[in-house]
Amino acid sequence: MADVSLDGVTKRFGKDIGVSDVRLDIPDGSFVVLLGPTGAGKTTTLRLIAGLERPDAGDIRIDGRSVIGETPAQRDVAMVFQQYSLYPHLSVRENLSFPLRSPILRTPEAEIARKVAEVAEVLHISHKLDNKSTALSGGEMQRVSIGRALVRDPAIYLMDEPLSSLDAKLRGDLRVELKRIHADLGATLLYVTHDQVEAMTMASHVGVLDSGRLVQVGTPREIYETPLNTYVASRLGLPRINLLPADLFPGAPTGARTIGLRPEHMIQTPGPDGDGQDASVTRVEHLGDQTRLHLVCGRHDMITLTDPHTNLVRGDAVRLQPRAPLYFDDRGMRIP
Amino acid sequence: MSTSVTDPSSSQKWIAGTLVIAYALITIAPLIWIFMTGFKTPPDSISYPPKVVFEPSLEGYVNLFTTRTRLSEAELQALPAPDNFADEIVRNRGMVIVGPSRFGERFLNSVIIGFGSTFLSIFLGTLAAYAFSRFKIPFTDDLMFFILSTRMMPPIAVAIPIFLMYRELGLSDTHLGMILLYTAVNISLAVWLLKGFIDEIPREYEEAALIDGYTRFQAFYKVVLPQAATGIASTAIFCLIFAWNEYAFAVLLTSGTAQTAPPFIPTIIGIGGLDWPAVAAGATVFLLPVMIFTIMLRKHLLRGITFGAVRK
Ligand SMILES: Nc1ncnc2c1ncn2[C@@H]1O[C@H](COP(=O)(O)OP(=O)(O)O)[C@@H](O)[C@H]1O
Ligand SMILES: [Mg+2]
Repeated sequence: MADVSLDGVTKRFGKDIGVSDVRLDIPDGSFVVLLGPTGAGKTTTLRLIAGLERPDAGDIRIDGRSVIGETPAQRDVAMVFQQYSLYPHLSVRENLSFPLRSPILRTPEAEIARKVAEVAEVLHISHKLDNKSTALSGGEMQRVSIGRALVRDPAIYLMDEPLSSLDAKLRGDLRVELKRIHADLGATLLYVTHDQVEAMTMASHVGVLDSGRLVQVGTPREIYETPLNTYVASRLGLPRINLLPADLFPGAPTGARTIGLRPEHMIQTPGPDGDGQDASVTRVEHLGDQTRLHLVCGRHDMITLTDPHTNLVRGDAVRLQPRAPLYFDDRGMRIP
Repeated sequence: MSTSVTDPSSSQKWIAGTLVIAYALITIAPLIWIFMTGFKTPPDSISYPPKVVFEPSLEGYVNLFTTRTRLSEAELQALPAPDNFADEIVRNRGMVIVGPSRFGERFLNSVIIGFGSTFLSIFLGTLAAYAFSRFKIPFTDDLMFFILSTRMMPPIAVAIPIFLMYRELGLSDTHLGMILLYTAVNISLAVWLLKGFIDEIPREYEEAALIDGYTRFQAFYKVVLPQAATGIASTAIFCLIFAWNEYAFAVLLTSGTAQTAPPFIPTIIGIGGLDWPAVAAGATVFLLPVMIFTIMLRKHLLRGITFGAVRK
């Protein structure tokens, strides 16, 4: 395991920007999650570190040495691809052994057998080891694909949305499993996803990407509580932060253009009386574990959470009061 | 058994089946005719109306593989009794075997030149196709078109320049010369077909292998080649069939050491009258290797011929 750092890395594809001036330190043993929507440059970042793409500018260091001139094999990284890429002509067992048999590792057969069995156990694919890799379900393929990385002990594990093709239950299980593997192995991981739950639950650090730029890096809590701008604020939190004109509520600091209200920033008092602004209920969504309240305040729609057993119904009036909300200026930057 | 709505109905299957069988019978009829003629006696082979039922004889095959000389009645009487079936057949025609014919050599030449040029075409074609498929090569489209255009002209159009060039270079009537010539003709087809097959293999597999600690060439060898096997097999069959059947250049450029079977077989006709059974026997033996090769690779061929249109 090793430190990995990106220093001003830029990659263009013709006129398209893949990533732009990315600076990121991934300390030894950390679990860094890059969060961003499709096209934000997540895959490109991983491919640059792996050596599958050459940066147009900037430097990439693994364990202190610049790896720009090195081949992917020399960089000693393991990667789980977004589209599962199991070797279709090999069995599951051969797929898992493939990296261990490489001319760089040349692992003894006994050791290969032990590691493959161990990883298969963790990923619950022991009974599929002798299957053809094409005779698996999507979830099984993805687990084999993760396994092919985990059999190794590389400088860093790179994972490109490894859980996105799995069903919710398996995704939850594997999230816990990956976190455990990270803790047990002391592995360094760079994990990219567009799923904020994965970012919040697994990351020691989260980086938020916007159109190829790394906007903010911090612990999940820092990113959630002190987002740099409206973009970062709206990447985390469910329901999403409500971004409204700052003058909708009294008490905005000077220069504030937008007020950001997460559900926990809103105090609703049922009934037309009491402190705060008038709002009325437009919809109540019962999701089981939570109940979402759609409100309209002035001409602005917003969504918040309420007591699961609420008696509120459509048309009811509530009073709305912000509590420690976030304020953003006219460029969308948060006002501290 | 469950059927999906897109499956053909049973009457459609019937019609399709009948058409396929009819087509198969039409194409196979001449082959059966040649195969049967090979086992006829020369008189049976030219009898009219043609004989469908006849007493099989190995005379054609004996004549194909031997050279014979005619002896007078007295000389024949003086010989000891024939000691094998071939001698006996020949004696009945008033002749004795004096040695093997050149067919064996010619056949071996065909094997060396056919398989040699097929191997070389596939070897070079696969590397070129991989490079065209994976690397940013300037003027890729123009180069690919140029490669294809070498095939648009009938090869025989350049027969005279090649004849003169080969004579000058000492490649006339050599195995190497014929292998190079057939490779030159086949390679355009090989590059085009193989590029299509390799384009179909996602790059992610090689990239995964690179990250798994392999070099680019090892990734090519261990990951791309096995997946291109289907395409390689079907391309190899096309190349072999061309090289195996080629007649015009073989007549022009070979006479002695490197002569292949196609120009040799017709010369059998000249040896001691119209010996159709020997010609048919030659044709039958000549067909075998391509048939065996095709049958060996047919599993790949069935999938490959669709040019990768159907994913497994
Ligand atoms: N091979 C490529 N050729 C051209 N453009 C590319 C290529 N790879 C990525 N891009 C572009 O770079 C940007 C970032 O892509 P990517 O890193 O794949 O995003 P993500 O993984 O976050 O969805 C996108 O705009 C995409 O169109
Ligand atoms: Mg991606």
